[in-house]
Amino acid sequence: MGQTLEEKQKKEKAYQQYVKEKTPQHNVFVNMVKAFIIGGIICVIGQMILNYCKGIGLDQTQSGSWTSLILVLLSVLLTGFNLYPGIAKWGGAGALVPITGFANSVASPAIEYKKEGQVFGIGCKIFTIAGPVILYGIFTSWLLGLVYFILMKVGVQI
Amino acid sequence: MSSMTKGMQSISFQEQPYLISSGSVVGKKEGEGPLGARFDMIDDTDQFGEKTWEAAESTMQKEACLMAIGKAGLKPQDIRYIYGGDLLRQGIATSMGVEALQIPMFGLFGACSTSGEALALSAMSVAAGYGDRILAVTSSHFGSAEKEFRFPLGYANQRPLSAQWTVTGSGAFLVGNQKSNIRISGVTIGKIVDYGLKDSQNMGACMAPAACDTVIQNFEDFGRNGEEYDHIITGDLGYVGTDILLDLVKKKGKDISAQHLDCGKLIYDQDSQDTHAGGSGCGCAATTLSAYVLPKIAAGEWKRILFVPTGALMSTVSYNEGESVPGIAHAVVLEHC
Repeated sequence: MGQTLEEKQKKEKAYQQYVKEKTPQHNVFVNMVKAFIIGGIICVIGQMILNYCKGIGLDQTQSGSWTSLILVLLSVLLTGFNLYPGIAKWGGAGALVPITGFANSVASPAIEYKKEGQVFGIGCKIFTIAGPVILYGIFTSWLLGLVYFILMKVGVQI
Repeated sequence: MSSMTKGMQSISFQEQPYLISSGSVVGKKEGEGPLGARFDMIDDTDQFGEKTWEAAESTMQKEACLMAIGKAGLKPQDIRYIYGGDLLRQGIATSMGVEALQIPMFGLFGACSTSGEALALSAMSVAAGYGDRILAVTSSHFGSAEKEFRFPLGYANQRPLSAQWTVTGSGAFLVGNQKSNIRISGVTIGKIVDYGLKDSQNMGACMAPAACDTVIQNFEDFGRNGEEYDHIITGDLGYVGTDILLDLVKKKGKDISAQHLDCGKLIYDQDSQDTHAGGSGCGCAATTLSAYVLPKIAAGEWKRILFVPTGALMSTVSYNEGESVPGIAHAVVLEHC
């Protein structure tokens, strides 16, 4: 009312700036330390599984696959028992970035949307969070493959 | 009948409707909070005997309605109309919740300001002679709200410090011309106020300008100052939104820091309950009003209260499309009598 678009935008920008100053933020350094600890623990567990698999005579690829599978299973179980959100609350990205975080992002919609049915619930919504990661992950690998193909064609040795 | 309109946006009732009774129903976290002992009903499972969060929310509404009706010694068929709403799409928690009562109903959406909207409409209807007893009800549920607006509960979501915790709770209020110790003397209906903020995880900041607008308008329309209210109680601005509201009101040349309370700050313990910026949701203002504010007015401890529930009118679609989160706030003047 009575104000031009420019004035409105200026007012909005000033408010956004003001809100930014007023809003408390997580301490990035503390978050990083916590993420390092939790992420580190998950990786150590992974390394232990890997070492064990190699110890019983599996090769590198097989041991790697078993490690991923077991970590995913552990994460899904912890999500099912509602323990994973607590770990992630403390550990932040340390719990989100490893494969266990990905498993949590698939298991949690499956649990939540089960009530909406096997098809429209679990079927349609299981990848609501992980979907973008899968789509853009595959797209990025396709893009890199294309670059690799072109470089090969022009005779660049990689 | 002479006009009851007051100023630009307000109504001053000639025959002031009474707030006859109310009911509050909450979940576990709210029951463990500072107001825990005051609520009428607490369910430690948050499920209220139902299988889904949505059905649980509906059951809460039904229980809150029955509580309010029962306290007045009435039956559902004694109630003329219901004004009700919630946060879910198509207001489904209300539709399912009040179905069993078989009371003619109006469905509302005012996000977390719904309790104010419903109370205002109930008071207007009673004052106009459209009904002797009208019920206002609203609810929110942490599980259904997280699912609708954010992520599945089991997801390892990272909440910023400005995020608020949706209250699992429902409040119902019976308004009519049957004597009680509380009257609704006036209302100020708010406008949509949008300062262009696009952060759905900072709803207090999205709603604070609307709260400021409505409070200042109430002062102007009624020719009052902050001191003429024992308390000015906003719905769910939380810790971030409260700071901003007090600043914004100061910029308008008024000071309400001595009178201001916020339901989002009252309902949880900030030190132990880990909600970040406080409570939110329709149930936040409604249950706090019912369990904490109304008894104090009824007892005469507080003589005049300005109750200002605030709503962030967010749609997940418009938000994803890059739109801002508009705010709204309605003010209800409650007086001891």
